[in-house]
Amino acid sequence: MGEKGASFEQSIAELEEIVKKLEKGELTLEDSINCFQRGVELTKFCNKKLDEAERSITMLIEGENGIVEKEMPALGQ
Amino acid sequence: MPTKNVLTVSELNKYIKDLISGDLILSGIWVKGEISNFKSHYSGHFYFTIKDEKSVLKCVMFRSHAASVMFEPEDGMKVLIRGYISVFERDGQYQLYAEEIQPDGVGALYVAFEKLKQKLSTEGLFDETRKRKLPYLPGSIGVITSSTGAVVRDIINILSRRFYNVNIKVYPVQVQGEAAAGQIAGAVRRLNELDNVDVIIVARGGGSLEELWAFNEEVVARSIYESRIPVISAVGHETDFTISDFVADVRASTPSAAAELVMPERSVVENRLDSLKMRLRNAILKKTVMERLILKRLGESVAFRQPYNKIYQERMLLDVQKRYLQKALTVLSGQYRNRLSLLAARLDSLSPLNSLARGYGIIRTEKDDTLVKSVHSVNIGDSLRVYITDGTLSCRVEDINEKPHGNASGGAGDPGEVDKGEGVQIEIEYTAGYPEGDKKNG
Repeated sequence: MGEKGASFEQSIAELEEIVKKLEKGELTLEDSINCFQRGVELTKFCNKKLDEAERSITMLIEGENGIVEKEMPALGQ
Repeated sequence: MPTKNVLTVSELNKYIKDLISGDLILSGIWVKGEISNFKSHYSGHFYFTIKDEKSVLKCVMFRSHAASVMFEPEDGMKVLIRGYISVFERDGQYQLYAEEIQPDGVGALYVAFEKLKQKLSTEGLFDETRKRKLPYLPGSIGVITSSTGAVVRDIINILSRRFYNVNIKVYPVQVQGEAAAGQIAGAVRRLNELDNVDVIIVARGGGSLEELWAFNEEVVARSIYESRIPVISAVGHETDFTISDFVADVRASTPSAAAELVMPERSVVENRLDSLKMRLRNAILKKTVMERLILKRLGESVAFRQPYNKIYQERMLLDVQKRYLQKALTVLSGQYRNRLSLLAARLDSLSPLNSLARGYGIIRTEKDDTLVKSVHSVNIGDSLRVYITDGTLSCRVEDINEKPHGNASGGAGDPGEVDKGEGVQIEIEYTAGYPEGDKKNG
């Protein structure tokens, strides 16, 4: 769980780095293509991360056998 | 010797204790004074005295009450103490049994707050250097707050609005009252144990200092300090500062603000990704276009288009050098030619042909064709050939008259010179090259 956010963050940060590097245009063609491919992978990964989580709002209740995760009861206005 | 009405010490002390304990005033009083000889016993009880300018009063505060004192009393501190007077029978000493202590002057809670803040700050709990960055896109958000009320609702609503498929885990706790601090601290620890959230929000709506007090408790501060998961403290309103605000990695001015800063808006993240995607594509496109251009330019470069260019250039240089050389030669040959024509002119002036044209003749023997320069080289009857300008004459010597000496070289001097060895050689060369040179010069 702890990895998810971090890895989205790392991925988008890496993507940003790659784009900046590519935009400088100082890489060789081969490196540029490698960077581009990595960038495409990262975008795909980030997009996946954005959609992968399912909306879930729960309440953690301490029970006799440890914690129980229950759906959050509807909240009054 | 009195035998009646004699009391033991214990009996007397007991009697006095009963007297004092029965006094309505002494059973519930506020006393004002300055603390001295303060001792916090390991059992949890406080032993101290309070005094003013003239008198001293012994005090004791048992653990059950001492635990709820929100600041650390110390010597010299002016305090208000609520309690009752009773007698410690063993020592025959009356003392104040304190149940509540408040700093005299400023508000007790404020002092407690400042004291704890000072203490934890010294310990380094607020150090900026140990504040952690919040995750950019937390997979799951833990919210420690009351399960009822506006705060949890606001947080859930705002988070849902910003990022629909958000993951929230609410850990319900009491946020005020005696149990609150323990529950909040426990929840922070529990979420760390469970390790199923990426960030924790500790939240409470606005309230009085007393109502917010749980968030000023040391136990809460320590649990936040020890949390491996980043913590956002969002307690009360913008103007409320609690100890947990100082310890937390991030302070949000309100619970709603916490919700806004913990999760980016989905559209913003999407835009950021889209823009990166576009930049990525543009960058590679630009790169390939550039490379293609470079390739094209290389292909069109002089080296490829005119591979012999260099050779031509060298050849041109060579031509230039050649021309210089030719020019130099021409100059040189011109000089020679001048000299030659001078010599030729001179030679011309010496030519016997001219002399012949002027009417002179050259005489040679018929026999061996030797030049006749002297009367002594011929005999009467010899056949001679006379060369004149337009032909030859064959003659015979009929008479020989020698000139008297002295005048011998006068007339024949010039043609004689022509006959010298060198002159003949020049004549040969001259007849070979002269006419051409003459035409050119003419």
